[in-house]
Amino acid sequence: MWDYSDKVKEHFFQPRNVGALEGANGIGDVGSISCGDALRLSLIVNPDTDVIEDARFQTFGCGSAIASSSALTEIIKGMKVEEALKVTNDDIADFLDGLPPEKMHCSVMGREALQAAIANFKGEEWADDHEEGALVCKCFAVDEKLIEGLVRAHNLHTVQEVTNYTKAGGGCCSCHEGIEEILMRVMQERGEIFDADSAPAVAEPEPLPIAAKASGGGMTSVQRIRRIEAVIESIRPNLRMDGGDAELVEVDGNTIYIKMIGACSGCGMASMTIGGIQQRLMEELGEFIKVVPAEKLAQPPQQAKKVAHG
Amino acid sequence: MADIYLDNNATTQCDPKVVEAMLPFFLEQFGNPSSIHSFGAGVGRALGKARKQIQALLGAAHDSEIILTSCGTESDNTAILSALKCFPNRKEIITTTVEHPAVLALCAQLEKEGYTIHRLKVDKKGRLDLDEYQRLLTPNVAIVSVMWANNETGTLFPVEEMAELAHAVGVQFHTDAVQAVGKVAIDLKKTKIDMLSVSGHKLHAPKGIGVLYLKRGARFRPLFRGGHQERGRRAGTENAASVVGLGKACELAMEHIEFENSQVKALRDRLEQGILAQVPNCFVTGDPDNRLPNTANIAFEYIEGEGILMLLNKAGIAASSGSACTSGSLEPSHVMRAMDIPYTAAHGTIRFSLSRYNTQVEIDRVIAAVPPIVAELRRLSPYWGEDGPVTEPEKAFAPVYA
Repeated sequence: MWDYSDKVKEHFFQPRNVGALEGANGIGDVGSISCGDALRLSLIVNPDTDVIEDARFQTFGCGSAIASSSALTEIIKGMKVEEALKVTNDDIADFLDGLPPEKMHCSVMGREALQAAIANFKGEEWADDHEEGALVCKCFAVDEKLIEGLVRAHNLHTVQEVTNYTKAGGGCCSCHEGIEEILMRVMQERGEIFDADSAPAVAEPEPLPIAAKASGGGMTSVQRIRRIEAVIESIRPNLRMDGGDAELVEVDGNTIYIKMIGACSGCGMASMTIGGIQQRLMEELGEFIKVVPAEKLAQPPQQAKKVAHG
Repeated sequence: MADIYLDNNATTQCDPKVVEAMLPFFLEQFGNPSSIHSFGAGVGRALGKARKQIQALLGAAHDSEIILTSCGTESDNTAILSALKCFPNRKEIITTTVEHPAVLALCAQLEKEGYTIHRLKVDKKGRLDLDEYQRLLTPNVAIVSVMWANNETGTLFPVEEMAELAHAVGVQFHTDAVQAVGKVAIDLKKTKIDMLSVSGHKLHAPKGIGVLYLKRGARFRPLFRGGHQERGRRAGTENAASVVGLGKACELAMEHIEFENSQVKALRDRLEQGILAQVPNCFVTGDPDNRLPNTANIAFEYIEGEGILMLLNKAGIAASSGSACTSGSLEPSHVMRAMDIPYTAAHGTIRFSLSRYNTQVEIDRVIAAVPPIVAELRRLSPYWGEDGPVTEPEKAFAPVYA
């Protein structure tokens, strides 16, 4: 069965804050019964202080869905509403010492229940734009719907491009058949044929030719920076979906420094994300560039190495 | 207290006599059965004996109809792909919606490659409509592949009758019988079944050994080509120790087939009745009057299977579930969906599958353990009220994007 952390097991076997909540003034019902996970989160928010005074859950779902619900109630109790809105699905997963990739959607459901319950408290209508498909990439927990959407939106043609945009396929590579099938289908819809010969044997990102000099493509520095900003802006919705963000810090010749913010900062996948941004920038600018995390900008190399004991 | 194993449709414990029969083939009789010297000859004889034991259990007319493979999945794939190669002008396959993935996933792939796949539907009890089958059965069909017994519910399909119908129009018939062999009396020489798949580890032999029965005269094209093993129909050096183990397991299965259909069946019925009598809002899925003697599949409404399994596991009881979450997919079991079991119940299906090793003491422990587990999870469920489902559960709790 699943390799659940002890924390997940603890919150499954002894779930906290179970049941309906008498006098709740914020209720969020989310989930999908067809997927086998559904959650009702009930909150008592003090209308004067905006503090969540009590939170309880009722969950139809698997072990990690129940544990995620339990963790969520523990995290948000005592928080102010505005503070609670900043809780991400990663916060829930981290609280439980991680979830298997197939189960990350349980933490997403927790975050959505929270947003729905707060919307309900504020008298707003909560609309969900989240559509979940079958899991394709198990290394980075990327589902079919997400890949399909990005292949459509960005006119992607190769597995490598899909990996750059979504991280899918960037790990063990076992899902490349599945990604190729999505590409084939979407490309057929737009009247193109997937070129199997363009599929790289190995998904390793190609090393940048170091000698390549920035040509600038005839742009002024200002135009070039605006162009870079525009690319980051177009990627932003995907980053925000994961609870993160990115910010342009400095452009030095063909080296572009970008700061990863929120969930992206410190995320194990940050380097994949940076690789994806780099790919997009190269396509847009038509020149070889290198994207470097902004932390490397100011730090002398010896300080960048953190002491691992603590 | 020792843990209780009720997941025998997933895999079984090797019978100690099987292990005993296998052991000499690791350190002493390690030769290649194809070799002429004394190291090989003894192994060759042992394989011959095992083939006879397998033949006897299946009621095959000839021992040369037994092709040894690595597993049930290989046998299923070999059978279907063989028919497509034998009949290149036939582009249709008939199967059912409730087959094992070993057949369904292959058919889905073949569909992408241009074949037409007819998936026979089942009713709410998991039964086929033979009229639908006969309508689809034309000379355009390369092969029919229908399981003998369903792995989730144990429901039996009338494969002997279906094979007759296929034979009448000149269509090959294959059955995945991995769950049926050893639990259902089989006499292949009296049937029109062309091919049948067996998996060793479902009947107390080790994992990694299977059989494809191929009726003499049925057209066949191998999946593997190479050496002359299995008369050129499945190349690759024989898994000698496992073949010997499977032979022994078949002999033991023949001895126990009565026991399976009396004692094991009685324990299964006791378990099922014990649970149904105590737990409200649960029901048996599949066709209770026509199923394997060892399988009970019970749907517990308004809760999800993985939670049940985790709590059962904590109580030292091993079973399995048709819930989405145990497989990592988003949909609950395709078998439950095919029978139109509502989502609120399909996610909460639990399969208890017994073997000849289970005892009444064990079964009584399970009967005592299940009700509090179900009650505990229902306490967490938004569909469950004080002591029953909330009124109009689907309306009282209708989550966004359901």
